[in-house]
Amino acid sequence: MAIQPKKNEMPVQQPLVRAGNFNEVALGYTPELAVAEAKRCLNCKNRPCVEGCPVNISIPDFITKVKDGDFEGAYGVIAESSSLPAVCGRVCPQETQCESKCTLGIKFEPVGIGRLERFVADRHNNNNNSQPELPKLNGHRVAVVGSGPSGLACAGDLAKKGYKVTVFEALHLAGGVLVYGIPEFRLPKDIVKKEVETLKKYGVDVETNVVIGKTITIDELFEDGYEAVFVGSGAGLPRFMGIAGEGLKGVYSANEFLTRANLMKAYESNSQTPVMRAESVAVVGGGNVAMDAARTALRLGAKKVYIVYRRSMEELPARKEEVEHAEEEGVKFEILRNPVEIIGYNNRNDRRDPKNGFVSGIKLRRCELGEPDERGRRRPIEIEGSEYVLPVDCVIMAIGTSPNPLIKNTTKGLEVNKHGGIIVEEGTGATSKRGVFAGGDAVTGAATVILAMGAGKTAAKAIDEYLCPKTNN
Amino acid sequence: MYKIVKKRELNSTVTMMDIYAPLVAKKAEAGQFIILRVDENGERIPLTVAGFDREAGTVKIIFQIVGGTTMRLNAKKEGEYIQDFVGPLGCATKTDGVKKVCIVGGGVGCAIALPVAQKFKALGCEVHSIIGFRSKDLVILEKEFAECSDKLTIMTDDGSYGRQGVVTVPLKEAIEGGENYDEVIAIGPLVMMKFVVATTRPYGIKTTVSMNPIMIDGTGMCGGCRLTVGGKTKFACVDGPDFDGFEVDFDEAMARSSAYAEFEQGQRSELCNLLNKAVK
Repeated sequence: MAIQPKKNEMPVQQPLVRAGNFNEVALGYTPELAVAEAKRCLNCKNRPCVEGCPVNISIPDFITKVKDGDFEGAYGVIAESSSLPAVCGRVCPQETQCESKCTLGIKFEPVGIGRLERFVADRHNNNNNSQPELPKLNGHRVAVVGSGPSGLACAGDLAKKGYKVTVFEALHLAGGVLVYGIPEFRLPKDIVKKEVETLKKYGVDVETNVVIGKTITIDELFEDGYEAVFVGSGAGLPRFMGIAGEGLKGVYSANEFLTRANLMKAYESNSQTPVMRAESVAVVGGGNVAMDAARTALRLGAKKVYIVYRRSMEELPARKEEVEHAEEEGVKFEILRNPVEIIGYNNRNDRRDPKNGFVSGIKLRRCELGEPDERGRRRPIEIEGSEYVLPVDCVIMAIGTSPNPLIKNTTKGLEVNKHGGIIVEEGTGATSKRGVFAGGDAVTGAATVILAMGAGKTAAKAIDEYLCPKTNN
Repeated sequence: MYKIVKKRELNSTVTMMDIYAPLVAKKAEAGQFIILRVDENGERIPLTVAGFDREAGTVKIIFQIVGGTTMRLNAKKEGEYIQDFVGPLGCATKTDGVKKVCIVGGGVGCAIALPVAQKFKALGCEVHSIIGFRSKDLVILEKEFAECSDKLTIMTDDGSYGRQGVVTVPLKEAIEGGENYDEVIAIGPLVMMKFVVATTRPYGIKTTVSMNPIMIDGTGMCGGCRLTVGGKTKFACVDGPDFDGFEVDFDEAMARSSAYAEFEQGQRSELCNLLNKAVK
């Protein structure tokens, strides 16, 4: 039988429809589509896709089960390696990981591994409510700081090994960036909730409203009887550019804008959290977070949304799929532009004009690309005298974060690098403080969900070896 | 869920509550704040700690009923619960090396100024307090301030109680009169703190202000609480809420504080309509 050269398309909401709602963009495979896609897998001997997966899921094995229609069996294979399959099936950059290694991808489009993972996980979550077999408790207690992807992964693996795990979350809801950052239309919050519920079934306790470093310090966790601590506290303070006008009303960090929209559900009529309903929005930055902010702004009713990025489309760090989705929905790309000032409305004749102090535009300077920098990306060079004002009433800064100082400031003996990231031993996640492990954005700075999850799993393994060293005799 | 152990109206627009939150009570210090949500769909608002009882496990909050969330909070009765209560956040007020301090409080800001005054008193400092209100019926915590102050001056805008005038008048008199304060701490409306700073600046007296900007997470994630301090972007939730008053850009802070004025107006009228319907 000839191999179908292209991936089976996943049904999606039409661009102009979805730009007006917060429902999930991609609708997922039907069982028929999933089986058809699974049949594209060559089941090749050297299995390069497994290497491309940061948590080494046995990809060909789960795909074989899908091919045979054994969807629950497929879930079992994925669950051996991944704690959050429904999440990763949606937000992993498969095109640079597993799918980039796919043998089929040499001649044709690679197998839609992400789409299959998502299908399998959703199918399991919708049909299976059984209580998993609980492992026998081994008498050791571990504290996990932060309920984002690294914390949940670490907690899940330890719980399955018999550890009594408590996850501490600063916000009122578990999930970290999965609930405050990644928008509903890309990752429905019910899915995150379900993943957290699954962990609870394994006996993990989740304590919300506890800020480790403030409410309880790490040293106090040890005094309370926890024998190891995993710090997965995530990225921290949003960066601003340091240009004039960043204090104007209508200037947000992407974190604030997305938190208002996602965590606080400001788009729903019964939410008590306000968010600006801007007519025209400039999002500064070119990463996935910038795309999320731009697409959220559209859904909040903005007529014009611009991505302002200082390099060209080629260098955009966001996933290609996210850029395509944003373009289809009507986001405009102001590329090769660097903001130099945010302009505010100021009615000199009427100091009480309610529009005073709000953003009225952003002054941009044109750029051209110069020589590649040390990372191989061509450096933007500003063209003097090329400034112009783009009229907008909202500016969202999506240019990254710097690590949160709360834990560093209150934990003696925890070493951080010059950027403020926690220093860990590669391969174990062990920090300079005995019994304390770390992973995710708190270590690496802003990265991806799957890398954070991988770090959580690595640390779980190291914590297990630390607390239950295998005796060789 | 966090229980409202005690509720008391301090005046027609200011309410005091003791909330059962033992983990927060164990750690809270004067100058820090908490974040709460009243109910399931509630927004997260910061309130500065107005007191704490470590043994009883309670944290005292005092709030002015200004918008939708504080109206909803005020509608809760003693014995009822609020959804979320997290803290203590921010840095405690620094007290090192201070022997003589002047605490300047304005309106509901006095609620936050009180534990600061009490802390200095407990450390053996000489504490002078100047507290200002719009009128007599809005005066709060007079007895408590009297107990922890070596000198207490009460000001009202309309002269209906204490002295008539603004807090900067007696502050300037005291400084001119030779009171050598090591530090002045101002807690109240932004405009009051701005003028306190303008009063002390010519004398070069260290002046600390407590900022209470709009926040969401309160842990250094969202950046909504940013202020310009000494020309740099600072975050009230992790760098503050106390800042060197001489360095704070008050005009920017005042402008930013009104970002959601229209939304708040809508929330207020919506709630008032609901309450009116309930009465009918």
